[in-house]
Amino acid sequence: MIDKTTLWTVIAGIGIGSFALRFAFLGLVGDRPLPGWLLRHLRYTAVAVLPALIAPLVLWPPATGGEPDPPRLLAALVALGVGLLTRSVLGAILAGGITLYAGLTLFG
Amino acid sequence: MQSIKSIYWQGMRAGAPFILILVPFSTLFGVIATEAGLNVTEALVMSALVVAGAAQFTAVQLMTEQVPVLIVLAAALTVNLRMAMYSAALTPYLGQLSLPKRALAAYFTVDQTYACSVAAYEAHPEWDLSRKLGYFLGVATPIMPCWLGFTVVGALLGGSIPDSMALDFAIPITFIAIVTPMLRTGAHRAAALAGIAASLCLTWLPYSLGVIFAGFIGMAVGAEIERRMVLRGTWT
Repeated sequence: MIDKTTLWTVIAGIGIGSFALRFAFLGLVGDRPLPGWLLRHLRYTAVAVLPALIAPLVLWPPATGGEPDPPRLLAALVALGVGLLTRSVLGAILAGGITLYAGLTLFG
Repeated sequence: MQSIKSIYWQGMRAGAPFILILVPFSTLFGVIATEAGLNVTEALVMSALVVAGAAQFTAVQLMTEQVPVLIVLAAALTVNLRMAMYSAALTPYLGQLSLPKRALAAYFTVDQTYACSVAAYEAHPEWDLSRKLGYFLGVATPIMPCWLGFTVVGALLGGSIPDSMALDFAIPITFIAIVTPMLRTGAHRAAALAGIAASLCLTWLPYSLGVIFAGFIGMAVGAEIERRMVLRGTWT
């Protein structure tokens, strides 16, 4: 169970922090140019952080006590494959979800 | 010159297809948030203040793992660093607006408003400031109510979903689906692989700190490969 003080501190902190990130350049820098190296790093935020976040959850899911789970691994691989082939976010989610439930039904 | 009203409508038409992605995504957030113990109001306030699904999922996931507040904040804000890039990319077009209008645009800066607006501004250099803002707010119009509304729908559904639905795995699948279409260049793919490898090697670090370090390692790898590709003339 999440403690309420923790929850509201996190909500307020991320809310303020996210607005600060959005306002950083638009609001404070105005129309001065930005260093190239900074933009170059920021460009890779999403593709670096999101896979880093989920990689351990895919290999060692907390729901199975950290044991690798074939249906979940397979679902992740199918979502990855469909995403790469079709470039469709919705298609990858659906394919991954269907594989997960098919796998849980077969192996479960 | 096109009227502001017609440009606002163009923006709305550009934003509308994203409803297809946002409805399941925000519903899922509502569901996962209630599963983690948030009530409807808390889930809604979080969606309204943070307005960034990936950061919200990250925060809820880490809070259920009882990770200290500072680490939760650092991880969620690292996920949201791309908002700073969007802010920087919009600055040449919207930087001349008045301060309140810049603050308004900053609040509505999300993946979709950024992507549609920058593409439209490049295609229409003749638009003046108010037309640019009109288009931007047009894109935001179908997106924001949808984001908030379906967070509530998900939060109301939340409690009624059984464990056998394996919702724990909804976040990994959704993130994979969001990231794969972004892997357009070798630099993007290398950043993702480096992030994954570093994260798997750093799981021994306490409080999921490995995720934050792995993210920065992936960003540095992507930026460095881009720099080398530019030098070799293979960057498009």
